[in-house]
Amino acid sequence: MQFQLNINGQERSVDVAADTPLLWVLRDELNLTGTKFGCGVASCGACTIHLNGTPVRSCQTTVEDAVGARVITIEGASDPVAKAVQQAWVEKDVVQCGFCQSGQIMSAVGLLSENANPSDEEIDDYMSGNACRCATYVRIKDAIKLAARKLEA
Amino acid sequence: MTMNVSRRGFLKGTATAGAALFIGTTASGVLAAGQEDVVLNPFVKIDADGTVTVIIKHFEMGQGTTTGLTTLVAEELDASWDQIKTDFAPADANTYNNLFFGKLQGTGGSTAIANSFLQYRKAGATARELLVRAASQKWGVDESLIKVSNGVLSVGNRSAHFGKFVHLASTLKATPEPQLKTPDQFTLIGKMDLPRKDSSDKTNGSAIFAMDVKLPGMVYVAIKRAPRFGGTLSSFDISKAKEISGFIDAKPLPNKAGIAVYAENTWAAFQARNAVSAEWDFSAAENRSDKELINFHSNAAKEPAVHAWGIPREDAKALIEKSERVIEADFTFPFLSHSPMETLNCVIEPTTSGVRVHDGAQMPTMIQGNLAHLLGIKPEQVEVTTYYAGGSFGRRATAAADYQMEAAMAFDLLGRKVPVKLVWSREDDIRGGYYRPMYAHNVAIGIDGDGKVTGWNHGLAGKSILIGTPFEAFMVKDNVDETSVEGVKHSLYNIPNMSVGVTNIETPVPVLWWRSVGHTHTAYAMESMMDMLAYETGQDPVELRLSLLDKSDDKQKRMAGVIEAVRDAANWKTGDQRGFASHFSFNTYVAVVADISVDGDRVHVDKLHIAVDCGVAVNPDVIKAQMEGGSGFGLGHILRSEITLENGEVVQENFPDYEPLRMRDMPAVDVTIVQSADAPSGVGEPGVPPTGPAVANAIFAQTGKRITHLPLTKSGFEFV
Ligand code: FES
Ligand code: FES
Repeated sequence: MQFQLNINGQERSVDVAADTPLLWVLRDELNLTGTKFGCGVASCGACTIHLNGTPVRSCQTTVEDAVGARVITIEGASDPVAKAVQQAWVEKDVVQCGFCQSGQIMSAVGLLSENANPSDEEIDDYMSGNACRCATYVRIKDAIKLAARKLEA
Repeated sequence: MTMNVSRRGFLKGTATAGAALFIGTTASGVLAAGQEDVVLNPFVKIDADGTVTVIIKHFEMGQGTTTGLTTLVAEELDASWDQIKTDFAPADANTYNNLFFGKLQGTGGSTAIANSFLQYRKAGATARELLVRAASQKWGVDESLIKVSNGVLSVGNRSAHFGKFVHLASTLKATPEPQLKTPDQFTLIGKMDLPRKDSSDKTNGSAIFAMDVKLPGMVYVAIKRAPRFGGTLSSFDISKAKEISGFIDAKPLPNKAGIAVYAENTWAAFQARNAVSAEWDFSAAENRSDKELINFHSNAAKEPAVHAWGIPREDAKALIEKSERVIEADFTFPFLSHSPMETLNCVIEPTTSGVRVHDGAQMPTMIQGNLAHLLGIKPEQVEVTTYYAGGSFGRRATAAADYQMEAAMAFDLLGRKVPVKLVWSREDDIRGGYYRPMYAHNVAIGIDGDGKVTGWNHGLAGKSILIGTPFEAFMVKDNVDETSVEGVKHSLYNIPNMSVGVTNIETPVPVLWWRSVGHTHTAYAMESMMDMLAYETGQDPVELRLSLLDKSDDKQKRMAGVIEAVRDAANWKTGDQRGFASHFSFNTYVAVVADISVDGDRVHVDKLHIAVDCGVAVNPDVIKAQMEGGSGFGLGHILRSEITLENGEVVQENFPDYEPLRMRDMPAVDVTIVQSADAPSGVGEPGVPPTGPAVANAIFAQTGKRITHLPLTKSGFEFV
């Protein structure tokens, strides 16, 4: 079936089965491979993207659900919050293998967009759906706090 | 984006107009300089625009190799850190072998920096020497007057970047032993805030993993595997799969281990694979439950079949029986899955001369050898293009190249004409075997009236990782697999009358090295026993360990060094309700103090204080990151991870029942790097072993409960 999608501000048309998760549309059809597959069951957050400004798991979002919505992936994350988060990630050298990090960043952007100055507990709660097998959590938390300070300044 | 990476494309892609200087090895293995055709496979390339490219012979799974090897070159070359780039080496065991592994290109045992330390520095020093000589000839000044800094050569008020001299430099002859810097001249090695080389790619979505490779005409394949290890295919039915849009075909694998299910995209491959039904023959399969297996292991640990180290078991037993007091404990450790964040995958495509494998390749030469054998071609006809790996923890390094072989079988079944991409789902990963082996330990310690150890009898039982693999020849002697007993055997503690024995368990469940290998269980058993010994004899756990180390021995002195460093950094006081553990692995010394809070049966790990001595600290921030990540990895699994079996079938399916460590579980981590002038040693693995026992010892300190059966949740604790 044909679907019209708005991805990172661009109109894209894809021809896939209606129940195809947006994750696989992004990766296999549109070559936007920054969004990662980690579990397929909403348990790791590697596939996190923004749908109308809110972080969602793209493995649980069908292509049909995305029609008419604004989809932002890591490749298109460019608002001031995203820039601050990415910069903080680089400054803190958060990444190890890096495979979870697109999802971590998209969640962190969601968190700071909702809550400019989250406490440790709020960070733990919001980010606990994003697993990192390399356990970069200490730095993820530091980077979120650094990004919050950058945005305040 | 369709990626099409050709042989040598890894360098051609960066080539600019004009000459370039290559530093690498000649066929006879000596360092040489020249143009690309002279130096067949280089370590360093410098383009006419001054860009330096370091060719990384180890893969990057997050451990920081790209940053580490680049540091070594940049240090000696005095290159500009911002201008230096990296590329992964192709498979070539002659040039890019791990110098600790013989003629084998591969990453493991936390050896990347250690084996490359001089090699990559020499390559950088050679490049610098030739550039300086070229500049001296061009400028007509003595070499000694030329300064090099940040990628620029200068004398007086004349200066020019590296690129200006590459043409001339590439015609000069390299000296066999270039002058290396002395440690006091280092400006990058040991620098705390040197940024990682892979940070920006991995934060903007542009880093390419094998999972991201897409080639024209590529077919996707998922495998339906036997639900029990060792099961073989009897029959299968694809009628349901045919209803899945995008399904192409399904073919049984020639080794009967499964069915290759082909589709037009990943989603269709997973759906179609799940829709295939099959009948299996389990006559040679593992049909037991993990409970039966655990009992079997526990009994076998009490009567070890093979003597591994120390005095005869019967002698130790006799000494212990005569002792004033005896401490005895049984430990059990479950199977564990590595579950790297990027599930296993690779792409195989036909080339004019053979095949090319696109992979987060941990052991390129094992891939070449296995695939060449399967496809009936020569190893050099198997090219390997290496990408960032989304974690490994050891999983990508099977001697049999298990997943690359699945892909090759699937590629072969389609007539070797189209590129095939094999993709594992998370369920495939968690249920797919190659686990950290299940282990049991039985330990008895005799103590005399003064609280001194009179004997130590240590039995282990578990499946050997190496027996039956090509590594057996190097690391298994008299039926003792070093990786089964490492960490107990050759303990740095001065323990009198120690005896170590092991039973090699046989099971069709495939097992594999898992971040820190044997130390994953031996450190837990040893450091729990040390803690028991301390409490039984009324000694401070830290002081007890120090009393068992003799500082006139270099290794024991370094072990004592980290123990004292963490004691001081954590402000450890006798009687503290905290946990302590230390362990030596991969030539690195690590000691940990764990601070926890307990509320009834609810436990939270608040902080880990870690001291590490890994020799010269090449990248202190990477070392810190590896201690954070390694301790987190160790902690997550100790808390609640296990792979269990019911009638041979794996019970767990995905992350919801193989729950990873989460942000809220992660303690604060304070790392002290002990200054050292010794040769650099590994950091990827050594943070794992002491973390678990430090936490378990803290739980004992606060609750009086000694946990010897992992994971800790088995003892009724909940982690919050
Ligand atoms: S892949 Fe979507 S949450 Fe894991
Ligand atoms: S950086 Fe490897 S999984 Fe997060």
